[in-house]
Amino acid sequence: MTLPIAGQTDAGKAAEATVSDVVIRFAGDSGDGMQLTGTQFTNTSALIGNDLSTLPDFPAEIRAPAGTLPGVSAFQVRIADHDIHTPGDAPDVLVAMNPAALKANLRDLRDNGVIIVNTDEFTPRNLKRAGYESNPLEDDSLNAFRLYQVALTTMTRRALEESELDVRSKDRCKNFLALGMIYWLFSRPLEPTIDWLRVKFRRRPEIAEANVKVMKAGWNFCDITDAFQVRYDVEPAKLEPGTYRSIHGNSALAIGLVAASRRSGLPLFLGAYPITPASDVLHELATYKHFGVTTYQAEDEIAAVCSAIGASFGGALGVSCSSGPGIALKAEGINLAVMVELPLVICDIQRGGPSTGLPTKTEQADLLQVMFGRNNESPVPVIAASSPADCFDTALEAVRLATTYMTPVVLLSDGYIANGAEPWRIPEVEDLPDLRVDFHQEADGFMPYMRNQETLARPWAIPGTPGLEHRIGGLEKEDVTGNVNYEPENHDHMVRLRAEKVARIANEIPEIEIEGPQSGKLLVLGWGSTLGAITGAVNQAWADGLTVSRAHLKHLNPFPRNLGDVLDRFERVLVPEMNLGQLALLLRARYLKDIETYSKVEGKPFTRDEILHRIQQMAGA
Amino acid sequence: MPVTEATPLTRKDFQSDQEVRWCPGCGDYAILSAVQQVFPELGIPREKFVIVSGIGCSSRFPYYMNTYGFHSIHGRAPAVATGIKMTRPDLDVWVVTGDGDALSIGGNHLIHTLRRNVNVKILLFNNRVYGLTKGQYSPTSELGKRTKSTPDGSVDFPFNPLNIAIGAGATFVARSVDVFMPHLKAVLKRAAAHKGSAFVEVMQNCNIYNDKAFAALTDKTGRQQNGLYLEHGKPLVFGDNQDKGLRFTGTDFEVIELGNGRTADDCLVWDEKHTNPSLAFQMASISTGDGLGDFPVPLGVLRAIDAPTYDAGVIDQIDELTTARPQTLDQLIHGTDTWTVDAGGNVHRGAN
Repeated sequence: MTLPIAGQTDAGKAAEATVSDVVIRFAGDSGDGMQLTGTQFTNTSALIGNDLSTLPDFPAEIRAPAGTLPGVSAFQVRIADHDIHTPGDAPDVLVAMNPAALKANLRDLRDNGVIIVNTDEFTPRNLKRAGYESNPLEDDSLNAFRLYQVALTTMTRRALEESELDVRSKDRCKNFLALGMIYWLFSRPLEPTIDWLRVKFRRRPEIAEANVKVMKAGWNFCDITDAFQVRYDVEPAKLEPGTYRSIHGNSALAIGLVAASRRSGLPLFLGAYPITPASDVLHELATYKHFGVTTYQAEDEIAAVCSAIGASFGGALGVSCSSGPGIALKAEGINLAVMVELPLVICDIQRGGPSTGLPTKTEQADLLQVMFGRNNESPVPVIAASSPADCFDTALEAVRLATTYMTPVVLLSDGYIANGAEPWRIPEVEDLPDLRVDFHQEADGFMPYMRNQETLARPWAIPGTPGLEHRIGGLEKEDVTGNVNYEPENHDHMVRLRAEKVARIANEIPEIEIEGPQSGKLLVLGWGSTLGAITGAVNQAWADGLTVSRAHLKHLNPFPRNLGDVLDRFERVLVPEMNLGQLALLLRARYLKDIETYSKVEGKPFTRDEILHRIQQMAGA
Repeated sequence: MPVTEATPLTRKDFQSDQEVRWCPGCGDYAILSAVQQVFPELGIPREKFVIVSGIGCSSRFPYYMNTYGFHSIHGRAPAVATGIKMTRPDLDVWVVTGDGDALSIGGNHLIHTLRRNVNVKILLFNNRVYGLTKGQYSPTSELGKRTKSTPDGSVDFPFNPLNIAIGAGATFVARSVDVFMPHLKAVLKRAAAHKGSAFVEVMQNCNIYNDKAFAALTDKTGRQQNGLYLEHGKPLVFGDNQDKGLRFTGTDFEVIELGNGRTADDCLVWDEKHTNPSLAFQMASISTGDGLGDFPVPLGVLRAIDAPTYDAGVIDQIDELTTARPQTLDQLIHGTDTWTVDAGGNVHRGAN
């Protein structure tokens, strides 16, 4: 929404305005601490009770050359007093710590939006580095915006005149000056960040106190000067009663895996190799050893998945986590798990590609890889998380499928929801699914490939169990006995049996639900992280009087059993995807139904308006 | 049937019902027999053994052992075994691999497993050829070797498996020969008793694609003339009548003839526990292993040192932290910063 520009009230005191929704983007050099600044603003707003959604956007380089466009790191956060689904299409406020940050982000800013710049960085040298021919603060190029020029570095140094810190350390505090200003501008308390600083730097209190001082200086600067004419507030959102926390997708995934471990009684083993944007799952699980979690940073992606398979053979909950390039390396391992029919969860936090691609940017283009990127007939259940908090539930579902059906399961997430945050209504532990597993114990009549007639799962018989000694492996197995078998009829039978086992999952997963009219002209069907943008767009389309329905897939293999019927009920089906139409390809092949793809592969998520415009075109507005 | 101490295990208990499908005359039969003889003597219940293999002739091994077994994928057995051992320290985990499996496609997993000192036993059957793919040269094939993939002779320098293991920091490194049954069994027992990664190279004859590769060592005269049987604390003496020895000049090993005033006292006394791996590396380097050079082939234990194992380190941390940081799942899910929305829509910091 556009922030109102109320006139100044008497005695130079800023007017106060309540807004329902605001989008703020913090942008600076990779080393300017923008992710941290944005995260602090997010967490404070969460504690106030706003609904929120975040979109971090940072370069693959740890420290690209200072002051350059490739080095710009940004963090967008949207806070609202109502239920929101996306981090916002266009920022209302841009904090630009240098000319490059201004240049890289200005085009997204809403007309009449607020820009706060650090004038100290607008030197001829930095302007040149950012590719500016003239100083935008002095020419008329920013006339469409509300520009606030602040000497952040100078003010930071002044605030820390008495500090013993060296100049470099003092200058590193300048992001907290900007944060203090934004806290004032949006009427947020400083205490949560002060608490956080004092815990974070408990061993270096001088750093904590310098940042506290600078943040307060930023707040006071706004409070006592008339820099801003209006001060805003965003009221708490009317969320469903309950206890909430703000959570990132990767964190929800890690906690979800621990919850699944507890609910199943299986110790969690994560085999992983560092890769963006999946590494945070490894980092977080490495801090949960007290939950019996074993994390193994393997020598490569292959060892990561193979160690997880070994752990599953031994009766643990084997998990491996990676991104597209790593999943490619794991293909042979996943296929081994298909053949030996052991539970295994593979998390693919998708990023831009192919090859190394865009490591820190988001994409949904691994769907066909995880479906088909293995030799021969290799059926693997695939499910996708649709939001940061949904990663928690999706982790539990992946574990449930893996242990119930004795199969590897792929869980798809992506950089957008992995690094993005939203409020999560914390569930009651006793409401979580019961995932208890019984290992096979009975030696009489035991055969390693005998099957549960309902699920077609083979027994999980773990080493150490007397009388159940048996051998498994990648060679084709005879059904029931598990002996190596090359007979033509047996192979044909086993190929079909493995496919049938996965297909039967459709018998018990929920049917897909349609929001809006249950049949009609247009269905917008999504999967994964497009949920927020699609929901926002369809809600707006309804508000605009358009007739459109939407549905969202969590289970991508197998599809919900009613999906074909649902598709048939609509004249047109629109599938927005951050790829060139991968789900559409699967749907067309499976249901012989024409699907209209809306592709976007820019390394960033759909905006609400992009999808809304497409709906308007198709639904005839 | 549960195995109890009252019913001691025998070789037969470790024979599976599967028909052994190696070529008649293959050295793998002898190694299988040795393992089936040694396992019952280790005092470990049968259900606690897990044998993990990769791909290749040697990697069919688990099918023939009546233990838990996992025939995995090419080169990855050490990774699978690591996952098993880290989560199931109660199991006795053995890896069976070959020269192609361990040193070519799986080289990375081998060196990192040894570097970490994961408590698994690795038996590398070295026949210096790819057998299952029908006769290509391997990373241990000698220079000039003519095979289907090197019809004009290999120009590819080979690895010495022992040096790979020693270089990777293995805490136990040994070598034996498929047909030296008593020696092989003794080496296997030593490996079994070692706490940490135990690496055993077993010279193995492939009578189809690389027959008699080790004949100069394994034939009647070679055993004594060309084998150097290392024993900790004993001088390095070898030869038909124990008439030769090895001394260390300070930079190199040197063969000396014993007699004429030279005795075993002039030879280096073997120290498998030397913390510096340099001497073991140099010992491994004296021969290419086939018994054809000027030096004998070192057999037995080259290195056996005590060091903490990776799996124990991991498990110790988990155990310590489980005690030190008791936390419920509910606490974990809540995290540190929560807010509560009450029925009236009011928001306050913290949980209910």
